[in-house]
Amino acid sequence: MEKITLFGKTPDELKQVVGELGMKPFATKQIAEWLYKKHARTFDEMTNISLKDRQRLNEKCSIGLETFSNVQSSADGTKKYLFPTEKNRFIEAAYIPDDDRATLCVSSQVGCKMGCLFCMTGKQGFQSQLSSGEIVNQISSLPEREKLTNIVYMGMGEPFDNLENVMKSLELLTSDWGYAMSPRRITVSTIGMIPAMKHFLEKSECHLAVSMHTPFHEERKKLMPIENVFPIAEVIETLRAFDMGRQRRVSFEYIMFKGLNDSTKHVNEIARLLNGMRCRINLIRFHPIPDTPLESSDETVIQQFREALVKKGIRTTIRASRGQDIFAACGLLSTKALVKMQTPDF
Amino acid sequence: MDTGLSGFIKKLPLKPLSLININQISPDAYILSLPKTHDFLPGQVVAITLDASVAPRLYSLCSAPKDETMQILFSVKPEGLLTPKLVNCSKGDQLLVSTPFGAFLGDEQPAWWIASGTGVAPYRSMLRAGLDHNKKLIHGGRFAHNFYFQDEFASALNDNYIRCCSQESGDGLYHGRLTTWLHEQQQLPAHQMYYLCGSAEMVVEVRDILIGKGIAIERIMSEIYF
Repeated sequence: MEKITLFGKTPDELKQVVGELGMKPFATKQIAEWLYKKHARTFDEMTNISLKDRQRLNEKCSIGLETFSNVQSSADGTKKYLFPTEKNRFIEAAYIPDDDRATLCVSSQVGCKMGCLFCMTGKQGFQSQLSSGEIVNQISSLPEREKLTNIVYMGMGEPFDNLENVMKSLELLTSDWGYAMSPRRITVSTIGMIPAMKHFLEKSECHLAVSMHTPFHEERKKLMPIENVFPIAEVIETLRAFDMGRQRRVSFEYIMFKGLNDSTKHVNEIARLLNGMRCRINLIRFHPIPDTPLESSDETVIQQFREALVKKGIRTTIRASRGQDIFAACGLLSTKALVKMQTPDF
Repeated sequence: MDTGLSGFIKKLPLKPLSLININQISPDAYILSLPKTHDFLPGQVVAITLDASVAPRLYSLCSAPKDETMQILFSVKPEGLLTPKLVNCSKGDQLLVSTPFGAFLGDEQPAWWIASGTGVAPYRSMLRAGLDHNKKLIHGGRFAHNFYFQDEFASALNDNYIRCCSQESGDGLYHGRLTTWLHEQQQLPAHQMYYLCGSAEMVVEVRDILIGKGIAIERIMSEIYF
């Protein structure tokens, strides 16, 4: 019989397992503490649980933590970790140290079904959803876990296409019974799946990043098929209607493509769309992927674009490219080489 | 924190509609007919689910705006949460359905329609809406029974209807994947649109082929099974 995986379960879910195993109710809190506070990787480490109960747990359950199976290190200090998931699949997570900050970019799906023209993950198609435990495992099993200051859901996959597990992972990271992280240290990125985004805005306090990449509907349709069903203008209107409070941050990700989305016309339209909205734009250099006709804008154009947006009153930053030499930079995460592709339907 | 799906579903304006009927049109595909509550454009989608326990999925309408019902085409995914339940629905059952929306729209301009499997649905809507002039359909499927609406497409498009069958050979079929058929084309028309609809795998692979053959990204429009 398949063992029950405990890592990733909420106290209510753990309580149910504890009940089914005939253990005392207080064992729920003990197990949660060992899993999420003391980072136990075996039941034998849970020394305040009776030997008999530990034997029961060993028989019926598994912790569910997975050690990384490979790591690559960049000259700039970035590290890319490969983690196994169910069914012999793999995901990547990028650890990005930077002075007093250390950010982990986590994956939420194996592959992605959004098909954005500029993204390497999209090239491998979609293989499976990650469970909440598999998402948080990327943090728990990270050698640099204690150094982490920020988590960004910007790795493989579209987080809001795996809403339930992503929300559960956020609960695990921010709850007192879990990792007790401030939601202000967590950013979830989306291409703008409006219904799921609304749910996230209402039920979480974490920051939000929206992939814009162009303010024009027809142009965005060619870059990001999601624009057909959830246009960026409606995404922004949805955000406008929501009270973010003073602490919560909304940012827009904007990859700079040479001759495509880096003109004055784009600056003006961004300014029109975001007029009066408290937000930030993050300009990102494009990191080329195979078979793409796209190129990154020149450095001077990126600087001029930033200055033009700032003049329009929009807080704009340029994201530093990190880990490009190990394909850990933005848009480059992929486990395509490890995917045994499903039988295609075409 | 509420991590359930109920909140997600509430964000889409879903309304209960009674199923008119469900027809099996091939061993693996069904057409589901619903009352037409709103006007729509050929190529638009609706979100559908059965109840709050299953997240809604988006389906292209395969009927035309002039038709009396709204129809969707679906195949059963055994591992899926929705289609194994949908297939067991019967006349009068209540489904939760959104109003039609989406911008993957057909027009009168010359274009190639490219689809895999049930991705042919929006093109059937466009066909029935009279947008088939100057169109070529390249449809990929594993088996001969995967070419849904083939009589209608063959009748309207004649030689401009290409069926690429990867697992079977047969009369009028190109035996091979649609990506192979595309690779074999010496030159593709550069000044027309290319519509792609199907799985993410198909869309990204076909898009790369088209770009590799010199088609500008402005001329490629994609719709994926989200």
